[in-house]
Amino acid sequence: MWARRSEVSVHEETFQAMRQSILDGAPDHARVLAQRALQLGIDPLESINTGYLPGMTAVGELYGAGRMFLPDLMASSEAMTTAMAVLEDELRRAGGERDVRATVVLGTTKGDIHEIGKRLVGTLLAANGFRVHDLGADVDSAAFVGKTRELGADIVGVSALLTTTMAGQKKVVEALGEAGLRPRVKVIVGGAPVTRQWAEQIGADGYAKDAMSAVALAKSLLPARVPA
Amino acid sequence: MRPRLELLDRKLVERVLGEAFQLLREPGVRVADAAADLLRPAGVQVENGVARIPEALARNALAHAPREFWLHTREGKPAVHYGGDDVCFDPGSSCLNILDADSRQPRPAMVADLVRMVQVVETLPPYSAQSTAMVCNDVPQEIGDFYRLFLVLWHSSKPVVTGSFSAAGLRPMLELLAADAGGQDALRSAPRAVFDVCPSPPLNWSEFAAENLVELARAGVPAEIVSMPLAGATAPVTLAGAVVQHAAECISGITIHQLASPGAPIVWGGAPAIFDMRSGTTPMGAIETVMLDLACAQVGKALGLPTHAYLVAGDGKLVDAQAGMESGISCVLGALAGINMISGAGMLDFLACHSIEKLVIDAEAIASAQRLLEGVEARGEALATAMFSQTGLAGDFLKLKETRALFRQEQHFPSSVIERGGPQSQGASDTFERARRRADELVSSYQRPGVRPEVERARRQIAERELARCGRTSLMGV
Repeated sequence: MWARRSEVSVHEETFQAMRQSILDGAPDHARVLAQRALQLGIDPLESINTGYLPGMTAVGELYGAGRMFLPDLMASSEAMTTAMAVLEDELRRAGGERDVRATVVLGTTKGDIHEIGKRLVGTLLAANGFRVHDLGADVDSAAFVGKTRELGADIVGVSALLTTTMAGQKKVVEALGEAGLRPRVKVIVGGAPVTRQWAEQIGADGYAKDAMSAVALAKSLLPARVPA
Repeated sequence: MRPRLELLDRKLVERVLGEAFQLLREPGVRVADAAADLLRPAGVQVENGVARIPEALARNALAHAPREFWLHTREGKPAVHYGGDDVCFDPGSSCLNILDADSRQPRPAMVADLVRMVQVVETLPPYSAQSTAMVCNDVPQEIGDFYRLFLVLWHSSKPVVTGSFSAAGLRPMLELLAADAGGQDALRSAPRAVFDVCPSPPLNWSEFAAENLVELARAGVPAEIVSMPLAGATAPVTLAGAVVQHAAECISGITIHQLASPGAPIVWGGAPAIFDMRSGTTPMGAIETVMLDLACAQVGKALGLPTHAYLVAGDGKLVDAQAGMESGISCVLGALAGINMISGAGMLDFLACHSIEKLVIDAEAIASAQRLLEGVEARGEALATAMFSQTGLAGDFLKLKETRALFRQEQHFPSSVIERGGPQSQGASDTFERARRRADELVSSYQRPGVRPEVERARRQIAERELARCGRTSLMGV
């Protein structure tokens, strides 16, 4: 006797395809699936939380296990943001909003033009459900403070590749303090010359040695807001 | 026969150059004002900070750039030849940390560390040049570039590979070198230092880099372009593609430089690396990084230009088997490629950390590579038969006068760092320990080169003036 396919299992196939589109790093497929899910009347939040985000989590695990590489991660992240754009448009039209993990403001310190690591962090944070605003490179502390206040950001990430520009990270911590935004706003730092000791010394809330650990760090700083 | 290694066939070199010239037109090169101001009057279209450099102009610049030049000792003797297939080595530069010999952990580098390293390099013949090896954490940041050059000049008479950290930083450094040489003209005619100048990948001559290029050209002080495409991150992932980008960055730099002062000395150099797709790091000891260095240098050599590369560095955090393997391999390959200046010895941890002990060990790899370059010589009319005619099948070659006359030319004798048994054997010590002892011996044998009092006075005055700008009064490390 044939069991009637329940609505849940029909959706499960879609969710599975969504997860796979992220694992495959296939933005076009991820977008088509998101559009189809909307036509099927699936709640956009459910598509995100049951379909795409678990795909991204699996990508992170595979990367950690040495079975996926940075170009794979970039492709998966692009697929993720492509799908999210479709679903978030719909959420906004419906007057709702995704429960973002947190809003993160990112930038490289004044006098420093290095962006590779910071962009990677931004991409992975966005793909993991954070709302990311990237200020770019050569950013002074006033710009960090201004954007943090404007967006009501939860986390500020400050990157520096040079020893000479590392001091800028300290300036950002101080400027956020002077603006009265600390300790509510967490500051995380990274970059080749940066160490855990330096982060502690300048009063930052955390240090991550690479982009994947930056995502873990950002999540750990906001325990109450991480969806179950 | 001098052994040689090339990775590209002639056709591929031509393709690299062909595409490099294409890149100079499309997408062009991002240039700061200092460069744009020279390019525009030469007929280059510069829009929104992007210059489109025609091949004819670039080729003209390449034709003007000198095929060779020398760096000199403090006494004015030619010591480092940039040109042809000559190969020289200098320590890596600009790291922040030094590996502490006691704890074998990295710690911030200080003035005393740089002074010790300069003394060790001064006494090690495999290093033809010094480098401003570390950023000293006890020196005010604003004059970090100047002060490390001051220390190297103070404690050494060898040529120096250096560089400034800002556009403003270059001037007092040139002033110091002029004082050291005995004036601007002497500095121009017998330069002691070469300055690394780094474009930002991809294809970007920032304000700082462009101003340095122009100012060095006008001062007649050699510039060394250190183009550093990161294959897969800031450059095409293929080695050949990254070599094209390197060529385009070098050619655009040479064009700007030669427009500022035709005939000024400049080096086709670089520190390219692959971008490790697992870790996101830029491994200097990876074989593909070494291949990039060799291929980039080969393109420069095909244009007849002096060359430079960044090799002999390891990526681990310890002076261990990985460090020995990575440094030894790249040292030998770089030498076989005939790269004029090979920087990087002594460095660990993706160029973040220096080790004096590793520098001492690397000197052994360099000496071996230098022996390799001498090749296998046919000495005497007969290769073996004349010796056999004396000893026959008794095989007693140790007694032969030819043995005694020729063994020193045939065999290189490493220092006590390399365990070969015999009377110098240090038993079951490890390489690091032997290198550490050797560094102590070298520092004990070091003697500061003599300097005329007026030169010393002039150096001191400039250094005191620079320190005073940062609120410091006393000289460190002298």
